[in-house]
Amino acid sequence: MIQIKNLIKRFGDFVAVDGLQLEVKPGDIVGFLGPNGAGKSTTMKMLTGFLPPTSGEIVIDGDTLSKAPLKIKRKIGYLPEGAPAYADMTVLQFLHFIAQVRGFKGKDKKQRIKDVVDKVELQDVLNRPIENLSKGFKRRVGLAQAIIHDPLILILDEPTDGLDPNQKHQVRKLIQNLSKDKIVIISTHILEEVTAVCNRAVIIASGKKVFDGTPKELQENSKFHNAVTIEFEGDKPDISQLKLAPGVTDIVERDQHTISVIGHESYESLFPQIMDLVHLQGWHIKAMYNEVGQLDDVFRSLTTEEAA
Amino acid sequence: MVGVIFKREFSSFFATPVAYVFIFMFLMLSGVFTFFFGNLFERGQADLQPFFNFLPWLYLFLVPAMAMKSWAEERKSGSIELLMTLPITTGQAVVGKFLASWLVLGLALLLTFPLWLTVNYLGQPDNGTILAAYLGGWLLAGAFLAVGHCMSALSKNQIIAFILTVVVCFAFVLSGTPIVLNALKGFVPSLVLDTVASFSFMLHFEAISKGVLSLTDIVYFVVSMFAWLTACFLIVEYKKAD
Repeated sequence: MIQIKNLIKRFGDFVAVDGLQLEVKPGDIVGFLGPNGAGKSTTMKMLTGFLPPTSGEIVIDGDTLSKAPLKIKRKIGYLPEGAPAYADMTVLQFLHFIAQVRGFKGKDKKQRIKDVVDKVELQDVLNRPIENLSKGFKRRVGLAQAIIHDPLILILDEPTDGLDPNQKHQVRKLIQNLSKDKIVIISTHILEEVTAVCNRAVIIASGKKVFDGTPKELQENSKFHNAVTIEFEGDKPDISQLKLAPGVTDIVERDQHTISVIGHESYESLFPQIMDLVHLQGWHIKAMYNEVGQLDDVFRSLTTEEAA
Repeated sequence: MVGVIFKREFSSFFATPVAYVFIFMFLMLSGVFTFFFGNLFERGQADLQPFFNFLPWLYLFLVPAMAMKSWAEERKSGSIELLMTLPITTGQAVVGKFLASWLVLGLALLLTFPLWLTVNYLGQPDNGTILAAYLGGWLLAGAFLAVGHCMSALSKNQIIAFILTVVVCFAFVLSGTPIVLNALKGFVPSLVLDTVASFSFMLHFEAISKGVLSLTDIVYFVVSMFAWLTACFLIVEYKKAD
């Protein structure tokens, strides 16, 4: 278990992380969200023991990071932002080096490397220098390095940044396939990633925690959660009737052909009655669906509120 | 763990042309200095004094070039973040890196053995003196190198690291020469003068290279290396994330 207690990091006058409190339990896959410069990377650097905090404490499985750094570093696998590696080494040399630092020897080492190469599919580039690899492969080498010792805690700073959709999918699958009793913390600014792989979302803005809950709860924060969106064929008709329907609190025009009908909280779903209304009015519609919530919206309102 | 870091660094020197270029330049220049400027043949003496006289000046530019990459590159490429979050201590990393470069320097020095063969062919040199001088040369290289690693930790920019190292090493070489000592004479008390002189890489190296293998000189170089590596350690520890 990771306990972050009142963590503060200042760079001169600038406060990068401002009194962060967080507990992460085994099994949590945390999506760590926030705008650029919110303090995500700084927090991760402190968690992995790279940066010392200005004040506050990080306790992992009962050990304080500042007092037992090596013991804790052994438990952590870390992919730093940009997946840095030793560019002049080949992939195989690099993984050998990491495995040795992680204390593996002989057969065990070979097996570890083989497993991890299979897992992130590096077979084709094993003997190529890392500097000659594409961004996607570099990122995968970084991932391989982070999971080679099967860590209890995996910290990934923007693991899918710069990858193409196929590669993103692969990385997400990899994270989901890690065993269930691990702690995974992923920083990202791709919101779909959180709903796709995480079971917990933490949003920080200006170094402060502004949201902590499940991705579902995050969606429920959206104005559009449970809203019914209608796409009309052609321009929208006169929709004044809709406004009068029971339970409807607001209608938002999304674009020329699309509106979202927002209902009162007490209404579980407006869908059936709006469906009836559409039939009654004889509107030609292309599509009509229940919204789960617009994450960008929630993200924006949570993070700009804080900054303002 | 020092061993693992050492191995990685050492093989990285040979994975890139750095080690080869260094060794080639070192051998070529040491040959040029010894035979052309040092007049090895014309002197009519079977010893390697010409070679060892020029060695500090050769090291003054070649060792900084070798050391400038050590930490600056780690910080520039961001791999320092990887290194420092692995289960190793900063001290292990500093020592491992240093030993790897020092061994390459030692290797280059060993490869000057044709010089030794030459003087042995031409006459009967005092091989004990030559051995002491080689040891002194390696210690001198280590002291330069420790300065270089420290300066490399100071800056992300390898060129700046190079220049700083040359300047600092130059000061340490010069501090024992008559130029500096004469300039200071009269201004400062003799205690300060002696202190300045005692810091000189040159005086300690010259003593060893003449075959006087005294403990003081050896301790001097060991302490220098230790001091600069400690400074390097502190800089890496506090500046790694800048």
